[in-house]
Amino acid sequence: MAIETATANGIPRKRSHSLLVAGLLLSLFVLLLCLVASMTSGAAEISIDKIVAALIAFNGSTDHLIIRTMRLPRSLIAMLVGAALAVAGALLQGLTRNPLADPAILGLESGAALAVVVAVFLFGASSLSAYAGFALLGTGVTAVLLYLLASLGRGGLTPLNLTIVGAALTYLAASLTTAILILSQQTLDEIRFWLAGSVAGRDFTLLFQVLPYIVVGFAVTFALGRQITTLNLGEDVAKSLGQRTAWVKATAALGVVLLVGSSVALAGPIVFIGLVVPHIVRFFIGVDYRWILPYAAVVGAILLLVADIAARLVIAPQELPVGVMTALVGAPFFIYLARSKVKR
Amino acid sequence: MNKGWLVIRSRHFRVSFRLERRVPAVLLTLLLVTLAAMALNVGQGEYPISPLEVLKTILGLETDNPDYPFVVNTLRLPRTIVAYLAGVGLAISGTILQGVIRNPLADPSLIGINAGASLAAVTLIVLVPSVPLFALPLSAFGGALAVSVLIYLLAWDKGSSPIRLILVGVGLDAISRALTTLMVTFGEINSVSQALVWLAGSVYGRTWEHVWSLLPWLVVLVPLAFVLAKQLNALNLGDDVARSLGSQVEWQRGLLLVVSVALVGASVATAGTIAFVGLIAPHLGRQLVGPTHEGLIPVSALMGGLIVVLADWLGRVLFAPIELPCGVITAAVGAPYFLYLLVRNRKP
Repeated sequence: MAIETATANGIPRKRSHSLLVAGLLLSLFVLLLCLVASMTSGAAEISIDKIVAALIAFNGSTDHLIIRTMRLPRSLIAMLVGAALAVAGALLQGLTRNPLADPAILGLESGAALAVVVAVFLFGASSLSAYAGFALLGTGVTAVLLYLLASLGRGGLTPLNLTIVGAALTYLAASLTTAILILSQQTLDEIRFWLAGSVAGRDFTLLFQVLPYIVVGFAVTFALGRQITTLNLGEDVAKSLGQRTAWVKATAALGVVLLVGSSVALAGPIVFIGLVVPHIVRFFIGVDYRWILPYAAVVGAILLLVADIAARLVIAPQELPVGVMTALVGAPFFIYLARSKVKR
Repeated sequence: MNKGWLVIRSRHFRVSFRLERRVPAVLLTLLLVTLAAMALNVGQGEYPISPLEVLKTILGLETDNPDYPFVVNTLRLPRTIVAYLAGVGLAISGTILQGVIRNPLADPSLIGINAGASLAAVTLIVLVPSVPLFALPLSAFGGALAVSVLIYLLAWDKGSSPIRLILVGVGLDAISRALTTLMVTFGEINSVSQALVWLAGSVYGRTWEHVWSLLPWLVVLVPLAFVLAKQLNALNLGDDVARSLGSQVEWQRGLLLVVSVALVGASVATAGTIAFVGLIAPHLGRQLVGPTHEGLIPVSALMGGLIVVLADWLGRVLFAPIELPCGVITAAVGAPYFLYLLVRNRKP
């Protein structure tokens, strides 16, 4: 079977299965290289054979401890979060047929952050890991609000309505978050670092806590690839092809909520990964969501790993929150898209 | 047809204004409410003073307590005045912006102009910790101007596309915020905590020095905005109509935008990023006196001042003794109001 793909000059080109599989394997290999780079670079340079030794034969030395307790969880979390956000962004763009959709721009991540801050404020906190459920809840509530308000705006669910409702929801959630942080100094100390959007200083307990949600999220969304491709042709077309569109949309939305909520619980709000990655992927492999979703996962993981390495090196020995790096790269891309893709 | 209007002409100069007949009454009412709110605001605090005593103290009359003059005149009055002036500046700026780009949802904070101003101010504070106070409005103005020029260049495209303008603004807002975080991460602890005040949008601890650094900007820009109101009316009808009415469209739009941006810069430099005042005030003003800018600009100016003073008061009363920055209050109220406007605006 072959897949038709729009090329830059508009002529469809056949791209074979084997080529797509090869491409995916190649991206996975690049991901592995980035993972190694992420493990070696930092305040202490650690060689590759030491990394391997730390993973296979742990001997308790400082280097091995750094690898096992800091670099490994950090790199794994960056990969997972990048993959989750990229897949969520691809789904959002497919669902809303909106090239500007991104979990952060649409306010989902701020909603999740607000829910976590509220939970820490109300129930007191021993650690962030207890609150993954609240991040999911916050994402879900924000998604429902976003959908309702944007469809009430002029013209329905247009990119403009979604974007400005998202911006307003972000403002609202951010101001309430600030208010709570000011009211409770203890909450502030607990959460300030997390709020900046960073993958540093996370450990395996948090990762294992969130892992089930992410796995379910990936499973749900990957299973929907074919349906999303059809839906992307337009709701009417999808219906006439016999799709139960409401059911598909609801399931996909659930997948998005699971992915975004858990990645915010892991790393705080990280912007623009979900915007940029699907565009890159579509440019190379076209419009079939059965392939877009896995590619987006791998490319998202690569991008966030690279952004995290850059955040460690740019002003070394200090570190930047990785959210700053992604915003600096992603926001110009957003403006470019707004200029080229949005018709008046 | 002259019924609902009040026309003011000068015999000696070639100047005339046409106001809605209800404008003077509305202005007077707003002024009285504002004075009451300011008295309330000054009286509020760890050391409560009744509004009547506040008025007496300000007017220099004899009061029961010899401490009052210090508490009122030195500690609390400048703070309230800064809140008021910043509100006036932001409200006029929002009114002009909504008129110029013909979009009732425009707000300087939403399209990144506030963020640009605070980025410039924070950068200056972090790089030059010993910076004098009067330089901050200048640099904030520079930041706001840079963002607006960028928006104009990236989104204008022969006349206006409000959709694209807002989207580009949202993107620039994100960039400015990221750079501000970068600056804050970069900086020394001392200057960072000073810079964080800007980001929260608070009038905490403002002194007369702040009042004097903000006031000159308003003294120049507010009358200018008022003089330009008539041009704003014409521009609001669309470029073609404005041109056929004899407006030099590009020049006037440019001048109006510079005034708007300068007002944001000065306000943000002194009181931080207080969001959504520039959105709410003109809308409430329009409800009161209609869309003619000669009346709308002064009314929404007073409204903006009132909003920020009230927000400051609320922020101190709600969870006393802990104080919420007034920017948090305006955003918490303004964002839902913005969504309400968006939904109400949906007729085809």
